[in-house]
Amino acid sequence: MEVPDQRLPTATFEDLALPLFDQLYNFARWLTQDSAEADDLVQETYAKALRGFSSFQAGTNFRAWIYRILRNSFLSSRTGLKNTVVFDEEDHDSIPAADSATPESLLIDQVNRAVVQQALEELPVHFREILLLCEVEEMSYHEISETLAIPTGTVMSRLFRARQAFRRLLLAKLQGGRHGV
Amino acid sequence: MGCEVWRDKLDLYLDGELGPAEASELTAHMRTCAACAAGALARVQLKRAVASAGMRYQPGATLREKITRSVAAKPRRVFGWQWRILALPAVLVLLASVAVNWYVGRESARRQRVYSELADLHVAALASATPVDVVSSDRHTVKPWFEGKIPFSFNLPELQGTQFTLVGGRVTYLAQTPGAHLIYQVRKHEISVFIFQDRGAETATLPSGPTHAMSFNMENWTQNGLRYFVVGDVSADDIQALSNLLQDAK
Repeated sequence: MEVPDQRLPTATFEDLALPLFDQLYNFARWLTQDSAEADDLVQETYAKALRGFSSFQAGTNFRAWIYRILRNSFLSSRTGLKNTVVFDEEDHDSIPAADSATPESLLIDQVNRAVVQQALEELPVHFREILLLCEVEEMSYHEISETLAIPTGTVMSRLFRARQAFRRLLLAKLQGGRHGV
Repeated sequence: MGCEVWRDKLDLYLDGELGPAEASELTAHMRTCAACAAGALARVQLKRAVASAGMRYQPGATLREKITRSVAAKPRRVFGWQWRILALPAVLVLLASVAVNWYVGRESARRQRVYSELADLHVAALASATPVDVVSSDRHTVKPWFEGKIPFSFNLPELQGTQFTLVGGRVTYLAQTPGAHLIYQVRKHEISVFIFQDRGAETATLPSGPTHAMSFNMENWTQNGLRYFVVGDVSADDIQALSNLLQDAK
């Protein structure tokens, strides 16, 4: 669900940024995995966005813009730096075939919600964030590419890998196994 | 197109990123392919599981308040700043206007008070049994009479050949300042001429020029450090004519 240009001529920063507060916090918390850090990250994001709002280009996507600020702030934080990995090897790879046998049907109920959350927590942060942007924020590939500052092709391949990794983790948890990502 | 190709496109399809033509082809394919339909269902379930589990954290009230305040405060600050800049001229105009009004009001009241007092002096003198303390139509008598009585000296005009006659003079006070009060006559009408020092007195900043106050015509001017007032119930022309004579006095 792409939100094309949310910046109306009369829209203020408050109009655009406040409705995203809950989602931004949720995303920040998933990235940091820590309540206090998430608080700091969200505050830093709003402060930076507020300062940079004058440079925000009308006609571009505000949501992608502020998510990118949050993500960049996270990546430059202590926790973010620990989680930073180089993704070059995966980018532009041809997309491998999907697993034919998947465990999704086994787990989709509220009982397994906690397991899904655990699996998400254990995903490397670059997989976690792209899954959240796609599934929770319902961003289009184009929006994700703007947020993560990567080409759309890379969005597709990284998303694919993230899903694969997530499935494996989930399957391992559901089967009580110890498969790595 | 075979199942393998479609299976690779299932994510795109479910993410809404497949073009409309391919999407409808894939939809048609899934009606006949149980494997692809199952694959799609599994992916949908996974997407929904992540979407549901992913909405996990709620921000605290304190953070919400902080953010709301910081976000709301900035535009107001910006607006407030702009408002101040924009409003500054208006405020200055308003202040200036208030100041001018106050000043004008104050000046007007002060002027009115002075004129009123002068008119009182004029009327009181005429109503008095002894309007003047020195009775003389001779300026060379009247002028020396004031010596030692008031702290200044002045010249009086030669009235020969004019319609005015000098009746006499007296010492008067305006706002605790001593001055000369001369009475002239023209066609049975008395005209008062008041002369005060023009420094620091109530009269000092009064605008010069003719005035009409309380049915009296008045003229006033400053000359040689002295303030002259000519007050009478005669016409403004008579007042002016006497004023000119006084101004030319040597």
